Amino acid sequence: MSDPKHSSATAISRRALLAGAAGVAGAAMAKHTPAMAVEPGAEGAAGQTGSDPTKVPGRPASPIGRRATSERPTRLVSNSPGGVSRTPLQDLDGIITPSDLHYERHHAGVPQIVPEQYSLLIHGMVEKPLSFSLEDLKRFPSESRIYFLECSGNGGAAFYGRRRANLTPQQIDGLLSTSEWTGVPLSLLFREVGVSEDATWFLAEGMDAAVMTRSIPTKKAWDDALIAYGQNGEALRPEQGYPARLLLPGWEGNANVKWIRRIELSDRPFMTRWETSKYTDPLADGTARIFSFEMDAKSLITYPAYPTVLERGGWHEIAGVAWSGRGKIVRVDVSTDGGGQWEPAQLQEPVLPKCTTRFRFLWNWDGGPATLMSRAVDETGYIQPSTQQLRDARGVGTRYHYNGIRAWSVNAEGAVAFAD
Amino acid sequence: MVTIRGHVTIAVAFLALSCSGSREDVAAHSRIGAFGLGREPSAEEIERWDIDVMPDGTGLPPGSGTVEQGAELYAAKCASCHGATGTEGPYDLLVGRVADDEFPFGRDPSVRSTIGNYWPYATTLYDYVYRTMPFGTPGTLAPDEVYGLVAVLLFMNGIVPEDMVMNAQTLPMVMMPARDRFVEDDRRGGGGGGAEIR
Repeated sequence: MSDPKHSSATAISRRALLAGAAGVAGAAMAKHTPAMAVEPGAEGAAGQTGSDPTKVPGRPASPIGRRATSERPTRLVSNSPGGVSRTPLQDLDGIITPSDLHYERHHAGVPQIVPEQYSLLIHGMVEKPLSFSLEDLKRFPSESRIYFLECSGNGGAAFYGRRRANLTPQQIDGLLSTSEWTGVPLSLLFREVGVSEDATWFLAEGMDAAVMTRSIPTKKAWDDALIAYGQNGEALRPEQGYPARLLLPGWEGNANVKWIRRIELSDRPFMTRWETSKYTDPLADGTARIFSFEMDAKSLITYPAYPTVLERGGWHEIAGVAWSGRGKIVRVDVSTDGGGQWEPAQLQEPVLPKCTTRFRFLWNWDGGPATLMSRAVDETGYIQPSTQQLRDARGVGTRYHYNGIRAWSVNAEGAVAFAD
Repeated sequence: MVTIRGHVTIAVAFLALSCSGSREDVAAHSRIGAFGLGREPSAEEIERWDIDVMPDGTGLPPGSGTVEQGAELYAAKCASCHGATGTEGPYDLLVGRVADDEFPFGRDPSVRSTIGNYWPYATTLYDYVYRTMPFGTPGTLAPDEVYGLVAVLLFMNGIVPEDMVMNAQTLPMVMMPARDRFVEDDRRGGGGGGAEIR
């Protein structure tokens, strides 16, 4: 395309491709460059037939990129009522979850919100109630930080009796995703409205049909809460709260109210349905924890995992993710003998607070049966417990915060199955 | 132009502080309305969205409803999802008590939670039904209708008598069986110990 004579033809073909079809321009170009008429996203004749891609020009530039057609990671949508879809943890590398694979949990569907009609109202125990447009929010100094989000019900399948050997990482713990979030620190908005010193709680309310509400300690706003409008370099996805959401680093997903439209400051919690009837953790002693926000340290091996079958003995790299809502991961131990011996895994930089951390462990499989486990330790010194230890401490009927150690069994044929 | 410049100056000053200073420094240099962003909402605007109801009854609107009125509404608008008696589903169970009002959920995962055996505050019922029920047509119930539904749901759970009239005065007085079951989260991470599992 260095020849200026070809530049107009290129421009036309771009427009035609934008419209979703090669069209007239593509047809006109076809006799010169047949491969360029291929739709963006398709791999082209060369890749599909196995012929040599160095002998045929590839497709031209396109306005929106797509995954290679042979790569098809998808969320797993739950059959149960309500909005649940899980991230394909076994298909991902690194720590960032592609935005279109971020897990979903919503209670009355994904609302369609016109950004021009969006506003965030902050009122209650403040000196000056204010309503912020999306544009207002973006004019405040912004911050971008990488945090995990995890539903506090994540891992329930590993905790209760419905455990099965044929569960994938996605089915067990797929209500976990990590993004770079961009937004305005909530503390800035709180100073702008003049939050009263006596305001110890605030209500966060969503603009969805659930009009989701959670009470949040004001302390979290002064610490590290964001009103986020960006996710991985672009606007939030609708499923993640477009155009703006509350982001409470390290705290259970449900409290990170999406589509946030209202914040009311108060001197006590509001006791909404979502923090009383749901998202409370019953204990064996006849009580239930309320406002159990922090997500404790947890880890998960994502390779090898069901349905992987290891072909032969020898070196295999065990890989996975570890995370803690209380700070940084400082160590991940791996066991290949079901918890008899533990050895530290290698942590992949960056190791960030309240964020997923990758770990790797080189394992020389002797070809015999093995049980693979990982155990996270965070900077508070907390050591990820076993599921049985959690049952012993809380009761077999407890709900939420299922951060027990996960185990994968490997049989002599190399078949990997979920074990605990 | 002047306002834009003024804003940029403030923003730069704040960024400098957040890089070099502690949070206290930032607080000391911040003031209400420092950025001059946002608009003052009218009282009506706040009132329209401020629909939450607190355990002491703050936020409850005028109006009232009876068990009888609620029963009629329940059959028409709720029973298809929650069952004729609130126990059939297919969606959330609404009705049921545990013998002696025990709270066995942590010990026994087979015990299903309901309004009668798990919800600590009756006011939450008003707040929730008003803001987001019925599922297909959320936010369409008038205060009198919600009071009626709250009355019948509490009656079905054996918590209030059949002649109960629910309103802003009577609802906060209702004592739920599970009222005192909820405790502060005592998990503290490692807290130096590491081995303690809560």
